[in-house]
Amino acid sequence: MSDTNTPPETGPFLARDRLWHPQAFTPGYKTSVLRSPQRALLSFNNTLSEMTGPVFGHSILGELDNDLIHNFAKPGESAIGPRIIVHGRVLDERARPVPGVLIEFWQANAGGRYRHKKEGYVAALDPNFGGCGRAISAADGSYSFRTVKPGPYPWPNGVNDWRPAHIHYSIFGSGFAQRLITQMYFEGDPLIPLCPIVKTIKDPAAIEQLTAALDMSMTIPMDATAYKFDIVLRGRRSTLFENRLEGN
Amino acid sequence: MPQKLDTLKESPSQTAGPYVHIGMTPNFCGIAGVYPVDLGTTMVNAKTIGERITISGRVIDGGGEPLRDCVVEMWQADAAGLYPSPSETRGAADPNFTGWGRCPADGVTGIYRFDTIKPGRVPFPDGRLQAPHISLWIVARGINLGLSTRLYFADEAEANAADPILNRIEHRSRVPTLIAARDGNAYNLDIHLQGPNETVFFDI
Ligand SMILES: [Fe+2]
Repeated sequence: MSDTNTPPETGPFLARDRLWHPQAFTPGYKTSVLRSPQRALLSFNNTLSEMTGPVFGHSILGELDNDLIHNFAKPGESAIGPRIIVHGRVLDERARPVPGVLIEFWQANAGGRYRHKKEGYVAALDPNFGGCGRAISAADGSYSFRTVKPGPYPWPNGVNDWRPAHIHYSIFGSGFAQRLITQMYFEGDPLIPLCPIVKTIKDPAAIEQLTAALDMSMTIPMDATAYKFDIVLRGRRSTLFENRLEGN
Repeated sequence: MPQKLDTLKESPSQTAGPYVHIGMTPNFCGIAGVYPVDLGTTMVNAKTIGERITISGRVIDGGGEPLRDCVVEMWQADAAGLYPSPSETRGAADPNFTGWGRCPADGVTGIYRFDTIKPGRVPFPDGRLQAPHISLWIVARGINLGLSTRLYFADEAEANAADPILNRIEHRSRVPTLIAARDGNAYNLDIHLQGPNETVFFDI
């Protein structure tokens, strides 16, 4: 972003904690069986190719990009379902706000139905709901969007597996090695501990990190409830006191 | 008790799922009118400096089937070896080049494709030059954490032989999994998630 006086973010990222993330091979989630690399990953310290990454200016954003209730709806109409506001901050592992990063979200409608040709769930499409939105984090790392609360939906894995209500997130950082896709769940949903995709994550604290809290302080009376969901991206390693190569 | 470190854990990843297109390439999957264009579809324009090339290939699962529902993103330097990123501190990259592309695999053939330029060489932290390369990131249903790898160019044999990353690959027979074959201005690289030709994926 050009509207900042702080020096650009650069430097290598902290190593990724791959035990905190789901493993690649998680047979309870059947599709992972043939899509999981089996050989050891090649580890190396970041080069410029990992430390740099694309940024997107506010000019790409349309007025309704962070309003899923209206961004696909006919004029004067709106999507059906419980109206919610999702808000939070993008932070890094050193607990610093991450401004200027693009966040994309997508979700099923309030009945649990996606607008996608490969979707076969019997629940009805909402003609006023597309299911995608995006935002760019502000100087303090904050972001927000308005939507309807997605419904849970069944999916072909076991004979009776259901996804808890969730919103998919794609997040950029300042470096391509921070690229992340994840899902947000809703506090109190009894389907969370039953879901084979949630269960690809081993540590219960990591699952809690993906569970948004009901936030009464941000609700709009007689209009919308609110959920708070912070996102943490990889942090950059401090290069203070680091030895420099001779001649640099 | 000593003071607490104020560090946080990275948000854990979850699969992009089968409906990733809704969020990342809505126009591609028929959701028109929300965004004017899908991001990452155009990397170059008429003024972009560099040799025009196309990059294409498939992402193939352990059963030999191409993934028809994955999304591939790529990130590369411009023709002079500069990244169009605020984190690039060595100079200004070509303003007519985005460096970043995003392509959903074709729903029938599974082929991904980028129209771009051949990247210049970028230094390794110790100053040696890396061979020209493109960073790739692959997400799909069944992939729990996005997969990182690189594409190198078959016609850069000398640079490839000296590349610090390629030289880190212990099993030399696996090096070709990262090297795209050239046919005119088209380069092709299939990515194998499993099997004897499993691509070298990165922990970076
Ligand atoms: Fe989903």
